[in-house]
Amino acid sequence: MVIEKRVLFKSGWLPWVLVAPQLAIVGVFFFWPAGQALLQSVLREDAFGTRSEFVGLENFAALFADETYLASFRTTAVFSASVAAIGLTVSLLLAVMADRVVRFSTAYKTLLVWPYAVAPAVAGVLWLFMFAPSIGVVSYALRAMGINWNHLLDGDHAMLLIVLAAVWKQISYNFLFFLAGLQSIPKSLVEAAAIDGAGPWRRFWTVQLPLLAPTSFFLLVINVVYAFFDTFAIVDAATSGGPGKETAILVYKAYFDGFKAMDLGSSAAQSVILMAIVIGLTVIQFRYVERRVNY
Amino acid sequence: MKRTLASLALAAGMAVALPVHAQVEIQWWHSMSGQLGEWLGGLAKGFNDSQKEFKVVPVFKGTYPESFAAAIAAFRAGNAPHILQVFEVGTASMMASKGAIVPVDQVMKTAGLKFDASIYVPAVSGYYTAPNGQMLSLPFNSSTTVLHYNKDAFRAAGLDPENPPKTWPELVRAAASLKATGHKCPFTTSWQSWTQLESFSAWHDVEFATRGNGLTGLDTRLAVTTPLHVRHIENLANMAKQGLFVYKGRNNSADATFVSGECAMVTGSSALYGAVQRNAKFQGGIGTLPHYPDVPGSPQNTVIGGASLWAMSGKKPEEYKGVAAFYRYLSDPQVQAKSHQETGYLPITMAAFKLTEDSGFYKQFPGTDVSVTQMVRKTTDKSRGIRLGNFVQIRTIIDEELELVWAGRKSAQEGLEAIKKRGDVELEKFEKANKS
Repeated sequence: MVIEKRVLFKSGWLPWVLVAPQLAIVGVFFFWPAGQALLQSVLREDAFGTRSEFVGLENFAALFADETYLASFRTTAVFSASVAAIGLTVSLLLAVMADRVVRFSTAYKTLLVWPYAVAPAVAGVLWLFMFAPSIGVVSYALRAMGINWNHLLDGDHAMLLIVLAAVWKQISYNFLFFLAGLQSIPKSLVEAAAIDGAGPWRRFWTVQLPLLAPTSFFLLVINVVYAFFDTFAIVDAATSGGPGKETAILVYKAYFDGFKAMDLGSSAAQSVILMAIVIGLTVIQFRYVERRVNY
Repeated sequence: MKRTLASLALAAGMAVALPVHAQVEIQWWHSMSGQLGEWLGGLAKGFNDSQKEFKVVPVFKGTYPESFAAAIAAFRAGNAPHILQVFEVGTASMMASKGAIVPVDQVMKTAGLKFDASIYVPAVSGYYTAPNGQMLSLPFNSSTTVLHYNKDAFRAAGLDPENPPKTWPELVRAAASLKATGHKCPFTTSWQSWTQLESFSAWHDVEFATRGNGLTGLDTRLAVTTPLHVRHIENLANMAKQGLFVYKGRNNSADATFVSGECAMVTGSSALYGAVQRNAKFQGGIGTLPHYPDVPGSPQNTVIGGASLWAMSGKKPEEYKGVAAFYRYLSDPQVQAKSHQETGYLPITMAAFKLTEDSGFYKQFPGTDVSVTQMVRKTTDKSRGIRLGNFVQIRTIIDEELELVWAGRKSAQEGLEAIKKRGDVELEKFEKANKS
């Protein structure tokens, strides 16, 4: 008797029917909007769409002729790298601490998860209040220490402000995954290392961190995508891209041009560029970083 | 009990079956919140109570840019409101979208009502009039740029509280006195593009942009690199360096710092008057926008901000009749004068201005006439108003570049040149997208 190794569908249409719901969801929520963005990016329209004209790659050409647009690539790189690096480090630290806490750990963990429930725009406003040059709590304290905080005119201050707000907003998410990752590491491994004489620091570096690699990699991808796409509301509420264009990251400009300035063609072209960047980054991450991850 | 129910059912049935007196509903999307929202709601109620045929339904759709975006999305989906309140920087986009709107006089004509554009204050109506002389939207809430100052702070600094600085040199001296007596924020500004470049240009009778500031053609380009503009921005940059001018952010974020008493002087909208009266713990005063006395032809007039009402296309004739009736109600001198006195917005018709003047309102509340006298003048081709395409982007560019000047990272000349270069790209883009 021949043992069938693979399950095969005899009928030609049944598999398609079975995956149809999934395909429909992907089609409606991903390919259709992405296709719309591609289409819009080669059109020039007036605000109400009463006149529409095919302009080829003119929208893209205009973007790359604008030196402030090119400068915002650098801004975005600085912002995204800072958000991902600081966000991952701080939440890993918090997760390691929370993992060691014995009493009140539930309360502790719950509190750390709270910021995730705050809308990005609200997060931006909260931090804005604390750092408001003349009335904010933090800027008042900074002034007492001799630092004249003014993110309205100092680009570095403004960048620090949106990085802090964006990191704070994302810490809970990272924290949850790191904590789950830490708790899934068998206690026996850590205990064995302890019996061999490894201190907490050494145990963390040689046992826990390598075992957390899959989680860290997943979070890296998620955080980069978050910094690229999900942060425009924070920027809009905290700095509006200013001073100058010092905090105008790519996604903020796409949002501003599309939803405030009603320039759909340019906004769509920017979305297409962003899409290409994120696809590229994800490919790089999976090709080169994932190789070093042990599952 | 049964009979009551039966008669109720009958009544309900009749109401459905016999819509003889059914009112025509007019959707009105707007951006007035808080106190101003109540004022607007009162206008709709006043109209609805004055007749039975039409019912105006005001719907708050968020800030100006938000309601603008919402209306565009609704128009594309085929269910735009009848009337849309659009802020002044959206005017050029509305005008260029010929198929999306119905001009005021056409609305009035379909309803068989007369329309006389000359009853409106010229500096206001000129803004909403197309190059061919056709008025496209109905002026609704207009304000202009003035200087608000803190009389208590003036007293404390030994300055005359009844004599606000009228020129920029005077303002610099006043700011220096305030700083000398320990004031942390002598002067700030809201809407820096509107107050320091747009209104500034009209006030000195120079162009902000070519082609009559964009009123006569889409091929307009910025004209802000003149020696006068450079001189003014340089002056402000020097004030910033000395701590006489403190930058408080984009849009109207400086308003709050004036009302709280932190800043002693602010150039901003005349409509800030209401908030100062209600919330400030000091005595506020209003002066004219400062000017440079050695510039010939200054002071001319300032330009308006605020919004107007646009009738959207594709509605039924009887609905346009309702829009026309509502427009007529809004242009009534009594209604106009009441709005002006209640909100600090400008009176939009000359009759409303006369009515307010005759009632002794300006004598009773000194300062409320400053904005009006700045506007009720014969305008020139350079001062009639500023109407540019992609104005939202251009204002943002101006914000960005001026911030770099205030921070000392660019000179006034460099900043203004960058504004012209980047702004002209936006103007060119708009011209291309809207050539007919």
